Amino acid sequence: MNIPIYLDNNATTPMDPRVLEAMLPYFNEKFGNAASRNHAFGWVAEEAVDYAREQVAKLIGASEKEIIFTSGATESDNLAIKGVFEMYKEKGNHIITTVTEHKAVLDACKHVEKLGGKVTYLPVKEDGLVDLAVLEAAMTPETILVSIMYGNNEIGVIQPIKEISAIAHKHGALFMTDAVQAVGKIPVDVNADGIDLLALSAHKIYGPKGVGALYVRRKGPRVKVTAQMDGGGHERGMRSGTLNVPGIVGLGKACELCGQEMESEAKRLSALRDKLQSALTVLEESYVNGNVEHRLPHVANISFKYVEGEGLMMAMKDLAVSSGSACTSASLEPSYVLKSLGLSDDLAHSSIRFGLGRFTTEEEVDYAIEVTKKAVTHLRDLSPLWEMFKEGIDLNSIEWAEH
Amino acid sequence: MAYSDKVIDHYTNPRNVGTLDKSSHKVGTGLVGAPECGDVMRLQIQVDDNNVITDAKFKTFGCGSAIASSSLATEWLKGKSIDDAMKIDNMDIVEELALPPVKIHCSVLAEDAIKAAINDFRVKNGLAPIESEKVHH
Repeated sequence: MNIPIYLDNNATTPMDPRVLEAMLPYFNEKFGNAASRNHAFGWVAEEAVDYAREQVAKLIGASEKEIIFTSGATESDNLAIKGVFEMYKEKGNHIITTVTEHKAVLDACKHVEKLGGKVTYLPVKEDGLVDLAVLEAAMTPETILVSIMYGNNEIGVIQPIKEISAIAHKHGALFMTDAVQAVGKIPVDVNADGIDLLALSAHKIYGPKGVGALYVRRKGPRVKVTAQMDGGGHERGMRSGTLNVPGIVGLGKACELCGQEMESEAKRLSALRDKLQSALTVLEESYVNGNVEHRLPHVANISFKYVEGEGLMMAMKDLAVSSGSACTSASLEPSYVLKSLGLSDDLAHSSIRFGLGRFTTEEEVDYAIEVTKKAVTHLRDLSPLWEMFKEGIDLNSIEWAEH
Repeated sequence: MAYSDKVIDHYTNPRNVGTLDKSSHKVGTGLVGAPECGDVMRLQIQVDDNNVITDAKFKTFGCGSAIASSSLATEWLKGKSIDDAMKIDNMDIVEELALPPVKIHCSVLAEDAIKAAINDFRVKNGLAPIESEKVHH
């Protein structure tokens, strides 16, 4: 067992050695430009890209012609949202999203607002799920796009995608999903799920950083997005720029492996995650954040009341995890995702996200349980809030001096 | 972000963790910060008849730097007169612990906790609280 133990697989994943192996020839030996149509170097690269396109498409039940390669999910989100806004502006100017989206979606929506668009940021319920009635009520004849993430990066909750897309389509809008955390982890099928645009990233599924894709539906309806970068008209004119051939090969291989191993991996990881979660929620005053039924198999976000997340992580330095506490940032604002579940700031500050992955072993999970329990106990011994809680003092009755 | 060795030392082996009898008129208690902000410090001093701090205890809810700042503060307070304790400046803590700019607020909180504890002691003993006019760095 190697220390520190990596349990932050929602942030990024280590590359699978099989992916690296697939990529290596495309750095030097097969270095051609996939757009070079008139020599063998180009053909070899193009063939590799086409094959990767099929691998990606297969994982999400799409056709290879519907895959646009990008530099990652942030670019895919931007291209989808800004590209749809520009392309469909004759039809309407209203976009609906949720407050728990990734910043790439939220900030792209803010940009759209600056361009004169209207954006509705739907709240979520206490368990992190979108209220379908609230979505339905927010739809207007002007709504061109509903953009709601598949699985949340902080708490792992899975949105009711089929129901959401049905509502969007009923009102004549397109449905886009940031599926970065879900693709390769749980079955995602663009047709069964009614998805018109989907963003995914390689480095969350044991592939390389700096490459991702946007799925753009071609049939029923044929969806178009306005390119956000001018250039050589690559990727059916939607995304210019010489293709990152080694990266794309890596993304393809990563998708293929996920397709083969997802089912058994999801079972293995949810069993490990449940073990971790049950062992840690034995601790007094610990709470799981987000819906536990509709949740990605490898994520558990737990708040340990009366201890502060960053301090806790320091005591857990043998574990690489992340916290909803933003004590390191200048704003001192805790996670907006946790706050949007209605969590009080102190509970948001007290949260730890455990993200298991393909290379996580049971031995590591057992060790993580021990380290976390010890750390929480250590910090509670130091915590004046814990002492007050134990004495039965209502912390809300104290007039705190906010600073 | 990397922590300095001194922060890690105080965090791993915090000095003077504990609770003094807050009802005693020889004990001053300072409780500063707020759970919403992710930092709460409780610092207590035990004062003898010569106005010398004979004991100091703390408990802190917060990040490693906040815990280290309060642990260091209790070390410095022990054996100091009340007057000298009032002179502890947050920048002394920043310097000793090599706190980065984003963690300066932890040292400010520790200084506030010292002053709040001293004032609590003063008020308990019929003295007026000392208003701090200092502008924090």
